[in-house]
Amino acid sequence: MTATPTFPDLKPMPGLPMPGLPMPGLPMSGLVLDGLTLSLAGRAILRLSLRVEPGEIVSVMGPSGSGKSSMLAAICGTLDPAFQMAGEIRLDGRRIDVEPPELRRTGILFQDDLLFPHLSVGGNLAFGLAATVRGRKARRSCVEEALSAADLEGFADRDPATLSGGQRARVSLLRVLLSHPRAVLLDEPFSKLDMALRSRFRAFVFHELRSRALPALLATHDHEDAKAAGGKVIELESPGAI
Amino acid sequence: MIFRLGPPLLLAVLLFPILAGLTATVLPAFGYWPALGGTTFTLDPWRALLALPSLPRSIGVSVFVGFITTLVSLGAVMLLMAAFMGTRVFGLIRRLLSPLLSVPYVAVAFGLAFVIAPSGLIFRLLSAWAPGLERPPDLLIINDPFGLSLAGGLVLKEIPFLFLVALAALPEVDAVRAFGSARTLGYRRVAAFAKVVMPRLYPQLRLPVLAVLAYSLSVVDAALVLGPNTPPTLAVAVLRLAEDPDLELHFEASAAAILQLAVVLWAIGVWLVLERLADLIWGRWIVGGGRFFFEAAARVVAPLLAVAIAALVALALISLMVWSVAATWRFPAISPQAFTLDTWRHELSVAWPIILRTLLLGAAVAAFAVIITILCLENETRRGVPPASVFNVIYIPLLVPQIAFLAGAASLLIALDLDGNSFGIGLVHLVFVLPYVFMSLSAPWRAHDPRFRVTALLLGASPWRALWAVRLPMLTRAILIAGALGFAISVSQYLATLLVGAGRFETVTTEAVSLAAGADRRVIGVFALLQAMLPFLGFAMALILPALLFRHRRGLRET
Repeated sequence: MTATPTFPDLKPMPGLPMPGLPMPGLPMSGLVLDGLTLSLAGRAILRLSLRVEPGEIVSVMGPSGSGKSSMLAAICGTLDPAFQMAGEIRLDGRRIDVEPPELRRTGILFQDDLLFPHLSVGGNLAFGLAATVRGRKARRSCVEEALSAADLEGFADRDPATLSGGQRARVSLLRVLLSHPRAVLLDEPFSKLDMALRSRFRAFVFHELRSRALPALLATHDHEDAKAAGGKVIELESPGAI
Repeated sequence: MIFRLGPPLLLAVLLFPILAGLTATVLPAFGYWPALGGTTFTLDPWRALLALPSLPRSIGVSVFVGFITTLVSLGAVMLLMAAFMGTRVFGLIRRLLSPLLSVPYVAVAFGLAFVIAPSGLIFRLLSAWAPGLERPPDLLIINDPFGLSLAGGLVLKEIPFLFLVALAALPEVDAVRAFGSARTLGYRRVAAFAKVVMPRLYPQLRLPVLAVLAYSLSVVDAALVLGPNTPPTLAVAVLRLAEDPDLELHFEASAAAILQLAVVLWAIGVWLVLERLADLIWGRWIVGGGRFFFEAAARVVAPLLAVAIAALVALALISLMVWSVAATWRFPAISPQAFTLDTWRHELSVAWPIILRTLLLGAAVAAFAVIITILCLENETRRGVPPASVFNVIYIPLLVPQIAFLAGAASLLIALDLDGNSFGIGLVHLVFVLPYVFMSLSAPWRAHDPRFRVTALLLGASPWRALWAVRLPMLTRAILIAGALGFAISVSQYLATLLVGAGRFETVTTEAVSLAAGADRRVIGVFALLQAMLPFLGFAMALILPALLFRHRRGLRET
């Protein structure tokens, strides 16, 4: 396995495993979709059972409308109420499909970096930092460490709008990682980047995910992404063809 | 949890005063108002009302003003859109017309009066060429018996309103692409617009257009300044009856108020029938193949129109400004013979409590309206549901004539001993402020990228934190603008303050309108300008505050 994460030691959150420690192989670990079925107006548009091991990046591919985004929304808890969901979603043995989004400990990366424009880079990064990290100095040093590890030293007080696309993408990933998720969802996060940036950023994201042994689910329609992810590849059918 | 209170609160604030007020107007209209000795239902008030000789003319003038204002405003807006859509001038026109929305009707009315009156600016300019014009000509321009100057004043405000509403609706009907396609098929601008864009755009405009119709048919404050006097418009007639010291006339006043409501409903019905007719004729014309429609005329008229509107309003405001600092300004001089700041000094020293009161009331009402709106919108966000049609209820205060339920609401508040105090007045102001604040804020709110909220939640923030720390800061500008709009609406309320305040609660607007009867244009100038400046202050704050707060955040300056 690669080096331990470069974040300062955090006290474990009650009831949850120590952040960052890999626990592969145990039947309780990782992200599990158990008979996840999504229906709209009585018609099933997605039926999936899937297991994502810690450190594995599973790619879900399919044309538009095949339900990739709905699947991700169901996992993170922001599914449109018009959909009906059946089945279970478990993360590290714990059922999360009955939890509200803010308690599921899943992180998400979208196509756009979605950095909060009214906060500085440091403010964005600190947003997801646990409340157990107390005091401005401690929080600040967490943020600074994360920034230096990503080659963005000194960017803490910058206005996000002044960063380049690549820098913003990196900050966006750091923001997710600083909230110590137990699984990460990727909603085509590379598709808006230009070719050169794309493979570099992709490598950066996958490296960080693997080194923290986080299970990840990647929705994409780029086969290069799936190849680089190296994990299982699930092909979703077009709508209506379950 | 608290957000679930939003929609019921909205409904309560909007509907309860109106329903209660209407009930309290309908009952006396049929003779039942125990406090005044009316204990049985009777048609006597109606008999007395219909016996008024001036009634048919009042109704006639009101209906005429209503339809003329609506038709001219709608036509002008369509023309402006057809002529300039897709050109660079379009943005210029929008920027020119937006500020006009915040200038209250009364200020515009007064300013216009100063410009077009026989002793006004236009005639003074004319006198430079026309010899023998030593005295103002004896023409009844302001307060003309047909209500044309009233219609003119209303049109000046309704055109910017409809234009901006239409502008907001354009993207929803994919107008630009349809327009472009039609033109590539050989249709000239006006024809393309009329045949392809209008049929799609109009349904989005229907409610605002009906609001314009209802308003211009039943407006009171502008009619007091510019409208005919003998006989006055129906709304003013109702006001006179309601204000009459003879309490017996209260029943007749109520009947007249219900009549006003009936006339507005009838007018709306007529308009909808006209829509159907137009639909038929238009439909056949659309597929007829003609590619021209008064194109040359439109090319000439449209820019003139845009310039004329802006110029008139500018002139109106300038007249107000000059009059307010004039010492003596006899006809036919173009500028005052002497200037003085005494009028300002005197009026401000006397009127500053009134100004303060107007400011505080407006700010409080606007704040409440913004809070209720945010409650409703956040509730909608949390439940993840699309906009409920229940929110169409916000159009009701814009369609029901104010005079029809305010008189009743005032009587109710008197019965509850709540009249004359700021709480009751604030509540009634809220009825008119809330629709505008809701309309203004709901679009930016719903257009806000929902993924920001999702991101915040998944970073571990509670829904409260996602609201406070992410959505509200990002929508600061939109919230402040909605608040400024609400403030402006409250400042410009006349009838609500007058009737519910039982004449004891003075705001800048009530003072300004009561001066219309007087002849001192300098004092009128001061008050009308004050009335115009207060909303302007609100909007200035709405623009300056975010620029200050977010001066280091470029991402928020591009909204």
